[in-house]
Amino acid sequence: MALAGAVVALFFLAPYLVMLIGSFKRHSEILRIPATYVPTEWVPSNYASMWSTPETPLAYNLVSTIVISACGTLLVLVVAMPAAYYTAKHRFPGRLAFLLLVLVTQMLQPTVLAAGLFRQFLAIGIDDTWLAMILVNGAFNLSFAVWIMHSFFAGVPKEIDEAAMIDGASKLQTLRRVTLPVVWPGIVTAIIFTFVACWNEFAASLVILTTAENQPLTVAITKFVGQYDSAWQYVFGVSIVGIVPVIILFALVEKRLVAGLTAGAVK
Amino acid sequence: MMTNKLMEVPAPAISARRQARRDLVAALPWLLPALTLIVTIVLFPAGYLVWTSTRDVSVVGVDRGPAGFDNYVTLFDSPALGRVLLNTAIWVVGVVVVTLLVSMALAQFLDKAFPGRRLVRLAVIVPWAASVVMTATVFYYGLDPYYGVMNQFLVDVGILDTGFGFTRQPVPAFLVAMGVAVFVSLPFTTYTILAGLQMVPREVVEAASVDGAGPVRTYWSVIFPVLRPAIAVAVLINIINVFNSLPILRTLTGSIPGYDADTTTTLIFKYIQQDRQVETASALSVVNFVIVLAVIGIYLRVVRPMRDE
Repeated sequence: MALAGAVVALFFLAPYLVMLIGSFKRHSEILRIPATYVPTEWVPSNYASMWSTPETPLAYNLVSTIVISACGTLLVLVVAMPAAYYTAKHRFPGRLAFLLLVLVTQMLQPTVLAAGLFRQFLAIGIDDTWLAMILVNGAFNLSFAVWIMHSFFAGVPKEIDEAAMIDGASKLQTLRRVTLPVVWPGIVTAIIFTFVACWNEFAASLVILTTAENQPLTVAITKFVGQYDSAWQYVFGVSIVGIVPVIILFALVEKRLVAGLTAGAVK
Repeated sequence: MMTNKLMEVPAPAISARRQARRDLVAALPWLLPALTLIVTIVLFPAGYLVWTSTRDVSVVGVDRGPAGFDNYVTLFDSPALGRVLLNTAIWVVGVVVVTLLVSMALAQFLDKAFPGRRLVRLAVIVPWAASVVMTATVFYYGLDPYYGVMNQFLVDVGILDTGFGFTRQPVPAFLVAMGVAVFVSLPFTTYTILAGLQMVPREVVEAASVDGAGPVRTYWSVIFPVLRPAIAVAVLINIINVFNSLPILRTLTGSIPGYDADTTTTLIFKYIQQDRQVETASALSVVNFVIVLAVIGIYLRVVRPMRDE
């Protein structure tokens, strides 16, 4: 069993090991025929020199990715949480219509709407800005966040709320002291999923962000791949920098991930 | 007396309607932020897209007036479209089915207790954490016929005599892209099914084996029915994601001339970025969305993922 586990793990890690090892090769070695499995000479300085290349202003790209992901996630949270809470806890006309509308946004992905979004942002003058990408990431990750948090809010028994009320707690106190701790795993799951989706977004950025300084890491790495010459060592160095934070994030919540998906996807 | 009765009857109806309106007004502040975002960033561009698809737009983006259905005619006259539609069908069905089958087996395995399981589960997450462009790029490099390290590995273990240009011809490149698409879809699907497995009652599984049911029989008659909603949702999300996937094909087959390895989604981006034809791209986007809706509609009718609710 453990051996089979190791094989499975190796299968999923193999491409990323190629990345990691490749990021330490010298440019001449990574293009050598035949290919070497382990660098004959380790070049950790790739991780320093990749920040100043003619291909792309990498420091700006990293900042872009961070700003767009952080603000996009925050936007999703601020917008999705009240909607998820209210639709789970109250019945009102149009509730189902609203939830269906949210579901439709899941089907309309940025790839389908790219041409329309591009024209719209051009018309109102915010094409090629972080703001445009924050709005896009916010809008297209909304549905998953609403659905996950909705099912967690719906899972809080009414009796607990009522008991807290009887004990003299105000509505806000009840929300903070009773409801929030119960739904916290759902909120964390929604945050992680949204953040990872924003962090790795590619299609909309490709069309909307045209200035090199504004582009995120996902678009930046494509600049290193040319028709005749490719700086693979930089492609992989940047990839490692982009992937490691997300893996750490996932590792922190791995146990919760299963629980979060049970409530969000299965319910 | 008569007048009194007449006046009494409609009163509850009015107050019910008033109550409904009051409920709606009370709900609005909670929903307004989400509604604003959906309307401005999803619905408006969707409408704008449909509008653009009926306009004559120049290569620099200037609207030169109405075009009727000319853009759709251009699109359907394109000799590449038939092949692209066929590719799209193969792409979606192939990737989703293979992903599901492998994920079912993988989830079953990861549900068992064995030393190091936590680490193996973490390893399975990695392709999900990594950006799809980055994953696709490392395959593109690794499969280079000359300096690619994966090609070298295939030669060294004796599968190939010499490096093969997987990403140089439309058909092999498309198949490699499908493989990569499965690879990056596995973590989410596996984890969703794994989450579903937590809800399978252990006693029932044990009872089934006591009754002499083999593992295959137990899986299909005891475990699978519990997993069904989880699988239905995972497949739905996979269909949407795989259909809309751009980076894998763009990275692995983008340098091949022509449209033999394109799906409708990658063709949209070729129209926008290479050919600067926003209006044809818009027409294709509209067609694309109609296809997604139709596929999802059929899927929901056949599978009924919310059947048990």
